[in-house]
Amino acid sequence: MPVEAGARYGKTYMEDRKLIVSPSPHIYGAQSTSRLMLDVAIALLPALAVSIWVFGIDALLVTVVSVGSCVLFEYLIQRFLLRGPLTVNNWSAIVTGMLLAFNLPSSIPLWIVVIGALVAIGVGKMTFGGLGKNPFNPALVGRVFLLLSFPVAMTTFPVVADAATGATPLSAMKGALASGMTVPEAMAMFSYDDLVIGFKSGSFGEVSAVALLLGFAWLLYRRVITWRIPVYVLGTVILFTGILWAVDPQQYMSPVFHVLTGGVLLGAIFMATDYVTSPMTGRGMLIYGMGIGVITVLIRIWGSYPEGMSFAILIMNAFVPLIDKYVKPRRFGAVKVKKAKA
Amino acid sequence: MLKTFPIGGIHPPENKISRECRIETMPVPASVTIPLSQHIGAPAEPVVTKGDRVLTGQLIGRGNGFVSSNVHSSVTGIVTAVDTYLDGSGNRKRGITIQAEEVDEWAVGIDNSPEVVHTCDLSPREIISKVADAGVVGMGGATFPTHVKMTVPDGRKVDTLIINGVECEPYLTDDYRVMIERGEEMLIGAWIIAKAIGVQRIIIGIEANKPEAVERLAALAGGVAAGIEVTPLRVRYPQGSEKHLIAALTSRQVPSGGLPVDVGVIVQNVGTALAVYEAVQKNKPLIERVVTVTGHSLPRQANVSVRIGTSVSELLEYCGGLPDDTGKVIAGGPMMGKAMSNLDTPVIKGLSAVLVMPQQESLRRVEQPCIRCAKCVSVCPMGLEPYLISRLSRRAVWDEAEIHNITDCIECGSCSWQCPSSIPLLDFIRIGKSEVLKLRRSRK
Repeated sequence: MPVEAGARYGKTYMEDRKLIVSPSPHIYGAQSTSRLMLDVAIALLPALAVSIWVFGIDALLVTVVSVGSCVLFEYLIQRFLLRGPLTVNNWSAIVTGMLLAFNLPSSIPLWIVVIGALVAIGVGKMTFGGLGKNPFNPALVGRVFLLLSFPVAMTTFPVVADAATGATPLSAMKGALASGMTVPEAMAMFSYDDLVIGFKSGSFGEVSAVALLLGFAWLLYRRVITWRIPVYVLGTVILFTGILWAVDPQQYMSPVFHVLTGGVLLGAIFMATDYVTSPMTGRGMLIYGMGIGVITVLIRIWGSYPEGMSFAILIMNAFVPLIDKYVKPRRFGAVKVKKAKA
Repeated sequence: MLKTFPIGGIHPPENKISRECRIETMPVPASVTIPLSQHIGAPAEPVVTKGDRVLTGQLIGRGNGFVSSNVHSSVTGIVTAVDTYLDGSGNRKRGITIQAEEVDEWAVGIDNSPEVVHTCDLSPREIISKVADAGVVGMGGATFPTHVKMTVPDGRKVDTLIINGVECEPYLTDDYRVMIERGEEMLIGAWIIAKAIGVQRIIIGIEANKPEAVERLAALAGGVAAGIEVTPLRVRYPQGSEKHLIAALTSRQVPSGGLPVDVGVIVQNVGTALAVYEAVQKNKPLIERVVTVTGHSLPRQANVSVRIGTSVSELLEYCGGLPDDTGKVIAGGPMMGKAMSNLDTPVIKGLSAVLVMPQQESLRRVEQPCIRCAKCVSVCPMGLEPYLISRLSRRAVWDEAEIHNITDCIECGSCSWQCPSSIPLLDFIRIGKSEVLKLRRSRK
């Protein structure tokens, strides 16, 4: 009979003990999916606050309806169509709802918002199997669907404060240039203070550069995202428009104007950085971010739409699987083993 | 800027709650069971039989073949069995059980005095043979026979010896206490290893969360030998991995599939350097080691010098007993240690710590879908894509997993630790890795 250590206690130490056994590691970090999504929602709050200040209670109403319908549609689809486990409590539908709302005019009829939410969640997300499986940013799928289906409602913005028109700075600029004005003449329409703080027309979540940058700071502080994608997107936009501006400032807007108007900041910080639809490696993020920047500027300057951020992100979303397939991380010790010298 | 390794890494809460506990010596237990295999390589062959009386430090198992290691009696007493025992996972292994007498009678030639011996005139060959005789193995947990590691293969040139005092795993403090309390002997051990492998340069890497150890060793280094550098490193897990420590200290990357010797470096752990000192300078075989006994739920924390073969349950009892709410008992650190199912099992040469975790901290979180957050990719210190190779192994696509370098994985667990969706990435990578290695062997 084998003698076992500890057996001299009369009974063994393990006799009435049950220990849990699992492979290492035995500890886990503090981050969780739902907490990350909650942090994104928190990071969007400054922008929501400014938009309520600028556009009034309408902005809040659109947000509430959008978030409410996104959550409801996700619940209904999971409960009755997919019949899988319910994951609606992980905050991701709330983030999608907020982002969709932020990409809409505050004056949009609420029933259109509900349709947008259905397309975003139903088509953009759940069709592919839910969280983590969708190739395209769901909020942008919803927004682009609405833009193509309801072009008038989607591009009619309420008049802000003392502005003369409800046109966004980008479309006003595009119109002015088309009518033969030069950029410096057209710039008289805008004050940079208003552009930075948020007193401008547009989809209501995109108006305040300050609020969006505050949200960016929160995301970095909480380590939700890294600096990479926002910096790559904004850097590309600044570089590209900067070159054009340097060549002919009469015809092309300054990079500052480009960054402060339209959806560049909202897109670069909150939409392009969507985990599910962006690349997994640093270099992949560089390609993706530059692609978004280039396509946005191309559409803005030479395209028929005044703004191209949504399309640019969706187009680059489509390239993400390809990027992830071919762009690999830098490997440790990625050299051939040297054979021993004789 | 403090040095560190180039890619990835995490910084889990350090929890070094036993760091101020001085090394205490546990009394000799009434009986010990000494495993014949406490090392990587062939098990030792027993050279004693039931009924023999053995002395403390006497050879009882002889290393069998080149990669193997001797084992010695850690007590004086009568061999009661040369049989099997159950290891920490409940597997049957071979071991020698000895009923201990109360007073140690040391085997001939062993110098058990506390006096520090500074000089060593032995040739490299003599040093290596003494290390082999004493059964010294890597004390950081890998338990690779040290004399084999000290034998530089023909045609290879080694220019640097690195002493690993990183101790990057949370909770562990055994190496720290050795550096603080036995720093001089440890440094002499390092100098002897350097002498045996013929290098001048010795770098001691210590993470910056142990400034006392950095200071102490820096103050002692000059008195031991010229050319000993003590380098503080930025705190980052898994810096204690051989490859990552080399990269942090020398900027050289061990090639994929290669060994440290490929970049002219040999790495030894702090505890190993101390064991080499004892083997060479005091003729003392490896029969005891420092084990950290720790965990927030324990009545007290401790760093215990314990005889090899003492049962873990007795060690725990000595430290105040196992709390009732215990969920897991881990042999080693929380990142790479092994959860034990059986505590009636001997302390072995590679056991750095016994970590006790309460029930509620022992359970895994529920797995959520992958949201492609890319955090596993950014923390992987080998520059792999854990989400991808884990998924490939989960689907049993071994050849694809191999293409994506699954065998480079060092199983540090950073990906699983970081994953916000609690996906057990490393579980599947481990399976994939062993399947791919099996495939590779079958191709030959």
